[in-house]
Amino acid sequence: MLALSEFRPWALFDGGNLAVIGGFLAGFFPPDGSPAFMALLFKATLETLAMATAGTALALLIGAPLGFVTTRALSISRIGPGPGRVQAGVVRQAARWLLMVLRAIPEIVWALLFVRALGLGPASGVLALAITYGGMLGKVYAEILESTDTRPARALLEGGSGRFAALCYGLLPNTAQELASYTVYRWECAVRASVVMGFVGAGGLGQLMDQSMKMLNGGEASSILLVFLALVLLADLLSNALRRLLA
Amino acid sequence: MTTNTAPLPPRPPPCWRCRIALLLIGVSVIASFVYLGIDYRALGSAESLRLMGKFIAEFFPPDVSPDFLARVGHGALQTLAVSALGTVLAALAGAVLALPASGRAGWLPRHAARFALNFLRSVPELVWAALMVLAAGIGPFAGALALSLHTTGVLGRLFAEALENAPREPEHALTLSGAGPVAAFSYASLPIVLPQWVAYTLYRWEMNIRMAAVLGFVGGGGLGQLLYFHLSIFQQQQAMTVLIAMFALVVAVDLASARLRKGLGPAYA
Repeated sequence: MLALSEFRPWALFDGGNLAVIGGFLAGFFPPDGSPAFMALLFKATLETLAMATAGTALALLIGAPLGFVTTRALSISRIGPGPGRVQAGVVRQAARWLLMVLRAIPEIVWALLFVRALGLGPASGVLALAITYGGMLGKVYAEILESTDTRPARALLEGGSGRFAALCYGLLPNTAQELASYTVYRWECAVRASVVMGFVGAGGLGQLMDQSMKMLNGGEASSILLVFLALVLLADLLSNALRRLLA
Repeated sequence: MTTNTAPLPPRPPPCWRCRIALLLIGVSVIASFVYLGIDYRALGSAESLRLMGKFIAEFFPPDVSPDFLARVGHGALQTLAVSALGTVLAALAGAVLALPASGRAGWLPRHAARFALNFLRSVPELVWAALMVLAAGIGPFAGALALSLHTTGVLGRLFAEALENAPREPEHALTLSGAGPVAAFSYASLPIVLPQWVAYTLYRWEMNIRMAAVLGFVGGGGLGQLLYFHLSIFQQQQAMTVLIAMFALVVAVDLASARLRKGLGPAYA
């Protein structure tokens, strides 16, 4: 394991490396506060937030229908033997596999692929977030719907109501809070993810960070890092406040 | 039947705060799409769909020559090694930092340790990796260091919380009967928290395997570096093989951990 990971702690104290990182870290103080750079930074921050929000919104569009299809709590065919049992099982399994494929590839890999296909810019980041988080939301929605008290929905289904009505009147009243708060939590994760999305060229703060690091500009890097931490903290606070409001 | 004339309970007042929050969320979603100004029609146009199709077709068939498979296998092993080394280092450092962070050494060390842990945790792995590449040179060691820095923050906090929640009486009893602080800790508190610490570490290892696969994008070795390299020189077929390997690795880890958790569940609950 040590050999495979090329474990060489002494590389840290190698003269050349020390000079590079030393110079870079020395440049961290003071952080770059020039108006031109600040304007750039502000734009990148807005772009990061917009990417996270748009990505989560699209993920909701992907995840909610798939979660609705895969959840066992709304299965009519599971209530008893009847026609369509096999087809329903096949559809559910297919949707479950689709969800797994969507979320198994990390968002940044999707971003890298989309950057190759669509060119540099936030569009790739938004799509990458939408795909991965769509997969996660779909899976978790299905699990939340199954873990609550499913008897009201079942009673509705047995009484002949449709699946959608059973969802709205049987399951949502109990689970709406949990679903919403998980979605808000995912948005918070999306902010954190879109911060690094730029490393592969998908726009936002990460792209700025990548450029400053490649040019070994410590001052810029440290102001970006500060904004970065502030943003993550802010997302944390906002999502906590929203979740408390929903609770 | 007596007629019940009691009036119905009043209708609950409308939740203005919820409505305002919903409205704000709606507005910010729309504003995001407008601000990003992505041309979605262009994305769906025949021209770009054709280009997309061509791009996707280039990925097939994946390169399965024995030579390349051996390299991918090495990359996958390297990813596993990076994640394991990063997690082990993080568990050690996390345990060391968790002792002051759980408030055993007084107020100042506690807050200092907590601040360090929070800082380590709030910088994402990829940013640490980009910094570590500068400090340790491109390669898997930088990736392992980056993982261990971020994971130290996470594990340290979880370890400290486990320590705080553990009962203090056994340690007090040993101390009162004359044991030194080290002996008292190792024979009284450590056995209580160790199963939890191990469970947290395994869980983080699982997440780190996933993360190690992408750390290569900034030069952290493993599968990510292979993927980035082959995509950069437009060798899509090789990239596809790496993607399949990544997918297989993640799914395998998912399944293994689900099975392990089912087996270990009650012990760590």
